[in-house]
Amino acid sequence: MTWSEMSPLLWEATGQTAVMVGWSTLFTVLFGLPLGVCLAGTDRGGLFPAPAVRRVLGLVVNIGRSLPFIVLMIAVIPVTRVLTGTTIGTAAAVVPLTIGAVPFFARLVETALREVGRDVVQAAEAMGAGRVTIVARVLLPEALPGLVAGLTVTVVTLISYSAMAGVIGGGGLGDLAVRYGYQRFETTLMVVTVVVLVVVVQLAQTLGDAVARRLSHR
Amino acid sequence: MITVTGLRKAYGDVVALDGVDLHVGKGEVFGVLGRSGAGKSTLLRCVNLLERPDEGVVTVDGRELTTLGAADLRRARQRIGMIHQHFALLSSRTVAGNVAFPLEVMGVGRAARARRVAEMLDLVGLADRAGAYPAQLSGGQKQRVGIARALAAEPSVLLSDEATSALDPATTQSILALLRRLNRELGLTILLITHEMDVIKAVCDSAAIMSDGRIAEAGPIPELLATPGSRLAAELFPLPPAEPGTVTVALAADQTLLSRLARTHDVDVAVAAGAVEQVAGVAAGRLRLRITGAGTAAALAELRERGLLVEEDA
Repeated sequence: MTWSEMSPLLWEATGQTAVMVGWSTLFTVLFGLPLGVCLAGTDRGGLFPAPAVRRVLGLVVNIGRSLPFIVLMIAVIPVTRVLTGTTIGTAAAVVPLTIGAVPFFARLVETALREVGRDVVQAAEAMGAGRVTIVARVLLPEALPGLVAGLTVTVVTLISYSAMAGVIGGGGLGDLAVRYGYQRFETTLMVVTVVVLVVVVQLAQTLGDAVARRLSHR
Repeated sequence: MITVTGLRKAYGDVVALDGVDLHVGKGEVFGVLGRSGAGKSTLLRCVNLLERPDEGVVTVDGRELTTLGAADLRRARQRIGMIHQHFALLSSRTVAGNVAFPLEVMGVGRAARARRVAEMLDLVGLADRAGAYPAQLSGGQKQRVGIARALAAEPSVLLSDEATSALDPATTQSILALLRRLNRELGLTILLITHEMDVIKAVCDSAAIMSDGRIAEAGPIPELLATPGSRLAAELFPLPPAEPGTVTVALAADQTLLSRLARTHDVDVAVAAGAVEQVAGVAAGRLRLRITGAGTAAALAELRERGLLVEEDA
């Protein structure tokens, strides 16, 4: 395969990966952040302790995390159909990607929020701050570097998950490597795809690290 | 200003507060001394209800906090400043941002907030560090920010939770001097807990000693000094074991006690031992005296009558 033959394939696949990872990252933050706040808040000694709620949330999150992504992707096909009207294609892949990443990100959010000192939270309580104020103005800003680090790990995980999206016709770099590199013995394309994936992951991680460092004033 | 009655609090089988009564007058600096585990931290945290007591009543500035609902309690807490052992500053906010926090909680407007923050930073001598982050400050500076933050909402009461325990001795002194100045200039009532005698001696008008969840002893320091057998006085002003023929007297308000004693009763007064320091700005402590001469009995009678004679050792 020549470069001019590979180039359009690579661009298309990179675009599909970007679309899948971009949208699923957005939805993951949208759902995972509140879920993580609930996980941390409902714990004993949290802002709004509710052991029963926490047990249920924890169970749901753990089920989500214990399924291998490829199994999860197939298992949530009915949900995907309801949400996107289709079960194949790039848009359809966003649904399982989000469902797979939300529990993962929520746990990372929970951990980041736990890192915020109890004394800081209590100081805010002593100043008469309510729970909403404490979450919005103490917990989240104080945990921000940790949240960004967690988001970076999540994005990298989503890039890796998205490689499996070929199974439901989502396309993307992983799919390209499997269909051309493996099934058609196009070793060059395989190698180039791997290099692109490595570079993309490196970029994501480096960017995430830089932002986290910039935000940290510890 | 602060009244606590019949406070009880237990964590499982561990009784942290076992019926504590305490009264702190307006404009007073009141120190609670005790070892770790004595319950003093729980006591302080019960005053603004960070801990809910199992039993008892807490009244601050005329409001009975223990009966307030959540919203009213939050509003009442805005009038009670608190400073912490490890400062508890927000690392994500600048010095100015930290001081502004309680004002944001109260809903003070941006312009008024900025004005108040500048005032507070001036008051604690940190006006030039407004844009710095807490991580860039020394321990003493961090506590100054903590104090500025605690006072931003113009509270009537300041609670100090081991505020100098994480600081070196020189910094401790400067923070204590600042607290004393704020007490005088703003008429601020301060309730502090500490395990350090020096803190009590440096700033407190009154003190209490806690052990096993109870107040063992409490009162204005001059009174404690004159109380025979006072554990607090003995801990604050330790004297060597008594020698025969000496008496121990309290030195507090009456600074010229010794010379007048000698003049009026025709006695010689020799100091055998003494523990005297500046307490809240005046020399206070205990002196062990050897009084000799014709008027000895009369001199001792006067001391006894004035309640200054702490111990007689024949």
